[in-house]
Amino acid sequence: MPQASDTLEQVFRAEYGRIIATLIRASGSFDLAEEALQEAFTSAASSWERDGAPRNPGAWLTTVAHRKLLDAVRRDKTRSDKQSEIEYEKSRLQPFAEPALLDDTVVEYPDDRLRLIFTCCHPSLSREAQVALTLRTLGGLTTTEIAHAFLLPEASLAQRLVRAKQKIRLARIPYEIPSLEIIGARLMAVQAVIYLIFNEGYAASAGQSLLRNDLCAEAIRLGRVLCELLPNEPENAGLLALMLLQDSRRNARVNDRGELVTLEEQDRSLWDRQEIEEGIHLVETALARGRVGNYQIQAAIAAVHAEARTADETDWRQIVALYEELKRMTSSPVVALNHAAAVAMSEGPEKGLSLIESANANGVLENYYLFYASRADLLRRLGRSAGAVEAYERALTLTTNSVEQNYIRRRLQELTL
Amino acid sequence: MKYMLLIYHDEQSWDGITEAERQQIYAEYRNLRGELESRGQFVSGSELQPVTTATTVRVRDGKEFVTDGPFAETHEQLGGYFLIEAENLDEATAIAAKIPSARTGTVEIRPLVEHAAEAAA
Repeated sequence: MPQASDTLEQVFRAEYGRIIATLIRASGSFDLAEEALQEAFTSAASSWERDGAPRNPGAWLTTVAHRKLLDAVRRDKTRSDKQSEIEYEKSRLQPFAEPALLDDTVVEYPDDRLRLIFTCCHPSLSREAQVALTLRTLGGLTTTEIAHAFLLPEASLAQRLVRAKQKIRLARIPYEIPSLEIIGARLMAVQAVIYLIFNEGYAASAGQSLLRNDLCAEAIRLGRVLCELLPNEPENAGLLALMLLQDSRRNARVNDRGELVTLEEQDRSLWDRQEIEEGIHLVETALARGRVGNYQIQAAIAAVHAEARTADETDWRQIVALYEELKRMTSSPVVALNHAAAVAMSEGPEKGLSLIESANANGVLENYYLFYASRADLLRRLGRSAGAVEAYERALTLTTNSVEQNYIRRRLQELTL
Repeated sequence: MKYMLLIYHDEQSWDGITEAERQQIYAEYRNLRGELESRGQFVSGSELQPVTTATTVRVRDGKEFVTDGPFAETHEQLGGYFLIEAENLDEATAIAAKIPSARTGTVEIRPLVEHAAEAAA
């Protein structure tokens, strides 16, 4: 028999989002749902320790949490006759049997996570609130964990969550899957939130890398949930593929001294083959559906890198072609910058440099770290050291990330020796 | 659930358009109101006189201070409102998006406090 506490921990991570989503639908309240689930976990801790874990732990927890929820509603009703804020629907409890019976029956629980994810990422909430709420409810991360990961005081993060939940309740943000006319835009917001969580973890400065990696893992898990819930959306697969392919390089990106290692210099034997295989498979399947999107293209670019055994073997022509496709879809100057860098690899630094300059035609990249870093890189390759030093120095003033700063300092040292 | 839709627009640009354009927009407003009324979602609504007619009152230590002008000088001014009945924020948002001034100005959506219990909370 597995250790009850291990099982509980696993069930917590795996089932939290799904159970809370159901509880929120039944109670119409994020707070009541959280309390009920917390109480259910507490019950589980003592009961499973004593009697062993049930065969269907998720079902056990859901049922107990539903009972706790019903208790809370009854308490609420008897305490005062004020009109209850909650719209508890008793009928929704009926399919749930007593926990004792669950061991021998397979109960199909409704999956309400899609409603939950769309509510958490509702455009009327700030992006910060969307991220915090998604991690708290769908991911089951504690307020402390989220605050640490985002380097925020716990009180501010808690406040952010309270305000978001209050707005959902008072402004009545619907707990529904959006209608067909708006679901496209809403889904983009959901994808953006997940990718933002991933990037927050990926842009790790060495000191926090441990906590930050948790964010990457959580984002990937959320990406999987989204693929599972909306399997016919190729961009969901594109996003998951992109995250997996970027994550596959995690151990090679920073060396033992905490220094950033460029893609070109990375030890490719450290790349995670399993993540690469899954990522490539996902993006190939997604692209075959013929509904190309931003994430799919970015994933395809990452896949081309992943397929090259050495940096020299990189198929830069294909990467340039993919960036051209991306440039047609977005007018982002950052994409133009990356396109220029790829052209530099494929057709030489001179050509790349002129494209970089034109990407910054209106001064849009004037305060962008990567603009100066890429420019400096090409100037260095062209042997124009003075210009390279100047650009590296400018780049240094534009990043607060210590890993990036150290990388630039190292380059500057090489140039001024 | 009731929502207040506060309609902000730039009064100067409103003055700058032709009479025909203004009539066109008024017609759109009347249509929207009719549509809401037919669905039982219209509670009230009106255009407001320009901010040059606004008066602000504050009472401090029992003394009344009456001044000329709106609460705050802003680029866009409160020019009208709709009070509507909607199922949820998405429905309210869909209605707000149909307000002609949403194309040039801004519509702020504010849920009304509906129960005494919520007001106290």
